[in-house]
Amino acid sequence: MSLASDLLAAALRLACGVRQLPDAAVPTAPCIFFANHTSHLDFATIWAALPPAQRARVRPVAGRDYWEKGPLRRWLAGRVFRAVLIERQRVTVATNPLTPMVDALDAGASLIVFPEGTRSPDGRLQPFKSGLHHLARARPATPLVPVLLDNLNRILPKGDFLPVPLVATLAVGPPLAFDAAESKTGFLARAQAAVAALQRP
Amino acid sequence: MTVDRVTLSLVGGIVALLALSSLITAILLARQPAGTVNPVIANLDARVRAWWVMVAIFSAALFTGSLGSILLFALTSFFALREFVTLTPTRAADHRALFWAFFIVVPLQYLLVAQHWYGLFSIFIPVYVFLFIPVRCALGGDTQHFLERTAKIQWALMVCVYCVSHVPALLILDIPGFTGANARLVLFLVLIAQLSDVLQYVWGKLFGRHQIAPVLSPSKTWEGFIGGILSASAVGAALWWATPFNPWQAAALSCVITVMGFFGGLVMSAIKRDRGVKDYGNLIAGHGGVMDRIDSICFAAPVFFHLVRYYFT
Repeated sequence: MSLASDLLAAALRLACGVRQLPDAAVPTAPCIFFANHTSHLDFATIWAALPPAQRARVRPVAGRDYWEKGPLRRWLAGRVFRAVLIERQRVTVATNPLTPMVDALDAGASLIVFPEGTRSPDGRLQPFKSGLHHLARARPATPLVPVLLDNLNRILPKGDFLPVPLVATLAVGPPLAFDAAESKTGFLARAQAAVAALQRP
Repeated sequence: MTVDRVTLSLVGGIVALLALSSLITAILLARQPAGTVNPVIANLDARVRAWWVMVAIFSAALFTGSLGSILLFALTSFFALREFVTLTPTRAADHRALFWAFFIVVPLQYLLVAQHWYGLFSIFIPVYVFLFIPVRCALGGDTQHFLERTAKIQWALMVCVYCVSHVPALLILDIPGFTGANARLVLFLVLIAQLSDVLQYVWGKLFGRHQIAPVLSPSKTWEGFIGGILSASAVGAALWWATPFNPWQAAALSCVITVMGFFGGLVMSAIKRDRGVKDYGNLIAGHGGVMDRIDSICFAAPVFFHLVRYYFT
């Protein structure tokens, strides 16, 4: 399984033109990667670029409504990517999206979240939804690592299923610390700025 | 195996040249003060190492016959196109046109080489693809910067696919008295173009004073240009025995290859400067991207191909 996933990661890196990150680029402990979202390939690209130790523990957070439609998506989300599926529409106490995420972190997994909530229609960074703040407040000691993905919306844009093999770029920033005194809007603005700051000039 | 003694000795010469370069690099590295490495020498070391890999891949392709060479240059086109389009802003409506460019146009153009179908090979991209791309983009329904976008895709296909495909197309030329030896023409073109790049770099580093185009490429100097072209042409003339040319013809054709190669480097630099990047990619350590390595071949190959086709077939 390890060999198969290493080969898949290498193939994904070749297909998207990204390099594996050096071990020192990201924390080794469980952490929360938060990235901009433009393409279905976003999670797979981050997964493939992470150093092997992080790659083994990372799980994407994805919308249950989308990823439970049809057997292919269910198989991809459940078996291949071990996604943490959360409720986006009918949120009740019983389906609190925070619970499965916190459970996964407590079990030693890292998470990949897309705080914009959905794929950006034009590739530009959308306002961050408050989920990232709830998650950070629930586990304030977990490092929050900003990730910027570029060009993936040109490789596999929203609404198309045929990829074009361009070169993507992936940049990782220094982890953010959670500050309990900071307001929610202040935190979300700071998190969004941390992703935007990774954009090449 | 379609390899003969002459081809083998040419490859042997290249390997000897590389071994000498590795030796010189090793001496230069050993003479550096402990703990510090001059960036120019570090880059030279990376370049020479990458050359070994490139020569190994190129020789392997050459020795597996025409299929190997066609496949190698098809992949080269694919990666060059990838770097070129990545650097060129396109819009969402161009997505399907780009899909065609990568997965239909590239394989078809090289299939035509493999089929020895010269008639269609020479007009497929300039005529049919030229007309198809704007049609497919128009069907995308986005008119913003329409001419710019279609022109960029057409240009990318002409340079990265059409021009590069003329290298393996040398294999389908029917030259009297040279049957079965066309792989040497491929070797000759690639060797002279690349050697000229290296020699221009070396002459420029040693004696370069007067820049040719400071805005485009600060490292291109008149001293490097003239020294590189003369020495590469001299090498080309000295290799006449491996070609269907006499020494004067070999010198003249080498001169054409080197001058066209220089222009190719200049034009591709202009595009890089416009996009604000130094290299097209980072696939080849020390060299940059595939496009950085083949920019001279893109411009030299079609002209060399047609001169040989006109005068020698």
